[in-house]
Amino acid sequence: MPSQREIRIRIGSVKNIKQITRAMQFVAASKLKRAQESTIAARPYADKLEEVLADIATVLGGDEHPLLATPEGGKRLIVLVTSDRGLAGPFNTNTVRYAAREIVEHAGDLTTITVGRKGRDAMRRAGVPIEAHFAGFGDRPKFADVLPLARLVAEDFLAAKYGRVDIIFSRFVSTLVQRPTLNQLLPIRASEDTAGIPGNQFIFEPSPTAVLEQLLPRYVATRLYQAVLESKASEESSRMVAMKSATENAEELIEDLTLAYNKVRQANITREMIEIATGARAL
Amino acid sequence: MPLRLEIVTPERQAYADEVDAVVLPGSEGELGVLPHHAPLVSTLGAGELRIRKGGAEESFAIFGGFLQVRPDKVVVMAELADLASEIDLEAAREAQRAAQKALETGFSEGIDLSTARAALQQALIRIRVAERRYREGPRRRG
Repeated sequence: MPSQREIRIRIGSVKNIKQITRAMQFVAASKLKRAQESTIAARPYADKLEEVLADIATVLGGDEHPLLATPEGGKRLIVLVTSDRGLAGPFNTNTVRYAAREIVEHAGDLTTITVGRKGRDAMRRAGVPIEAHFAGFGDRPKFADVLPLARLVAEDFLAAKYGRVDIIFSRFVSTLVQRPTLNQLLPIRASEDTAGIPGNQFIFEPSPTAVLEQLLPRYVATRLYQAVLESKASEESSRMVAMKSATENAEELIEDLTLAYNKVRQANITREMIEIATGARAL
Repeated sequence: MPLRLEIVTPERQAYADEVDAVVLPGSEGELGVLPHHAPLVSTLGAGELRIRKGGAEESFAIFGGFLQVRPDKVVVMAELADLASEIDLEAAREAQRAAQKALETGFSEGIDLSTARAALQQALIRIRVAERRYREGPRRRG
């Protein structure tokens, strides 16, 4: 049985841990709110871009631009989005595990670009080639932050270095559910042209090809930006939930320890009383 | 028929309202859009976007992107869109100086030349739009 003093010290340290996890929980909650807001705020732009792309795709076929062509072999690039920091529950583990399964199942000529330190560490340990690494983009990812990554991906793809580019990131479904997801980034699969006016009725200035050339890098950047934002929201919600249960566990532990402490204290008092009683009788 | 104008940037929706007319910097020159315009998709240059609504006029500094026009709707997808009256002139001047310095010295902390050039251009447009606004004040039309 540990001594009274030892238990008291443990209770103190568990209380400290509880304070920290509680603080982390609240910080994650406020960051989550911000991340969710930026995810929503970024949506109109992405939707509109997609719409214009669909319009152009009805005018231009895949043979007219490599970014629209269907993939045929070639090297595959996976952009893996994770976080820089841990203590986010199963967030990074799940995303990395998903990526690992994808890589194992579709073995072949493949390389990765990692966003976030956790993904890089995991890929390095597994011996998966890493083409480039970008540190996570902080608590408030800006569109300008993903532009270098987008430029790198688009240029390498146009230089026919890759036949296909995918993004793996954690999709934010709800506070409790985040699902690792794979999205094909390049070549682009334009959605059906459903909005209002059919694409072939538009005038394109200066020309469809020129518009497409301007549009594609931005499209790639937008898709990556969205993945980064979703991943951020997933990270914070996963951290929030993990810290909430850590706080609850700490509370439970404190209760148990307090009970144990009281038992020891009681036992000590009883023992002392017996000692006094026997001492008195001996006199 | 009113014309609906939406201005979106990658980070937010900057404007969404019914307007009378809009003049914007297309890559092929200034472009005025009234209701019933023919469907058009164009690339955008950098410069000032002017909105006419009721008797008043508003302007945005915009930079790069696209424009999609339908008879009843204009969608501007710009990399940057700042309402003229919200531009911080001092901050823009500061950005201009920083970008010019970066261009002169070649490299500065982690900024490459194309980024600096883009930053300079953005700062100049912001300054131009904000200064014009400052000189003329909010314009009214009878």
